[in-house]
Amino acid sequence: MQEIEQRLRRLMIDGLSGDGTAYRDLLRELTPRLRAFFRRRLVGWPEDCEDLVQETLLAVHARRHTYDAGQPFTAWAYAVARYKLVDWHRRHRRREALHDPVEDRIEELFAEMEHDACDAQRDVRAMLETLPAKQREPIRLVKLEGLSVAEAAARTGLSVSAVKIGVHRGLRALAVRFKS
Amino acid sequence: MHTDDLAEMLGRNAEAETVGRPARWWALAVAGGVAATAGLMLITLGLQPRLATMIETPAWLGKAGFGLAMALAGLAAATRLARPGAARPWLIALALAPLALLWLAAAIQLLGAPAELRAELVMGRTWRECPWRVASLSVPALVGALLVLRRMAPTRPRLAGAAAGLFAGGVGAAVYAFHCPELAPAFVAVWYVAGVLTPTTFGALIGPRVLRW
Repeated sequence: MQEIEQRLRRLMIDGLSGDGTAYRDLLRELTPRLRAFFRRRLVGWPEDCEDLVQETLLAVHARRHTYDAGQPFTAWAYAVARYKLVDWHRRHRRREALHDPVEDRIEELFAEMEHDACDAQRDVRAMLETLPAKQREPIRLVKLEGLSVAEAAARTGLSVSAVKIGVHRGLRALAVRFKS
Repeated sequence: MHTDDLAEMLGRNAEAETVGRPARWWALAVAGGVAATAGLMLITLGLQPRLATMIETPAWLGKAGFGLAMALAGLAAATRLARPGAARPWLIALALAPLALLWLAAAIQLLGAPAELRAELVMGRTWRECPWRVASLSVPALVGALLVLRRMAPTRPRLAGAAAGLFAGGVGAAVYAFHCPELAPAFVAVWYVAGVLTPTTFGALIGPRVLRW
């Protein structure tokens, strides 16, 4: 543990003084640690874990001037991660408050369809074609290709919340069509 | 984007980050905040005419010193709360020590005074103006401290906002001491403290809103 702290701290200090290789190595080493940190704390939310890893990496980068070289680096990095985790919990509670049971059922249904045989996949795709692009693309990327919401946002050029809304509304529309 | 690509992309943007930047921002916020507060006080209130005779008395030094101590405690807390993972528990004690000293001086003064004079010592002649003047004079330093905190990474925004408010309230109190005609520790112990607590509370209230990152 002590050894890791020393190595990461060295990389951070070198990175801050403009050493790109050290900085890249630091972020590369940090990524699996952050992933483990969030997975331990958010069991059952694998997608959100990956989003949080990315948010934390972005925050580490954007706020790297707040690291003080006299301070343990891992304490700093995990404090950033913990802040992002608290932020997630707050957002999540808000989402839960507006909770909509339809979505849960549909998500399950969709998960089954996804794992069914090829013709089921074709059905899904055929049904998806009936949706507007703003809903179709987020669902295709997130639900069928398994990208994280952040990745889907980057791919489509939509904002993260637009992707989430697209998935949500698209799934509801599909649910209605599926029933009829 | 995959996480590894993101890390790779961020890694390519590793232009040297001047390590002294936060220290410069804080210096700017303190100098700018104090200068703006002093200017505001001189324009709107003006110097105390009897300041020359007051300034050497222990009572005046204690009054201005209280403001200074609150400003320093708030600044010390804010600069640490601005950095994720920094140690800080002793800071609360730092803020409480001068306050306890002030209250002790006030208690000694009140106990030593005849009962019929006590109310007058506490209320002075300007108790109505004092707290809100101190609070108004804290606005420039509060804005400055919050602007710096927004560029930093406070993981406890409510506490960070309160620290910024304590710093600004201290600056307001110390600057107001150059106008204020009161000298009694009993007065300072109530109304200056109320004046300092106003921006502190305000900072704690708006912290979670304005200091998100």
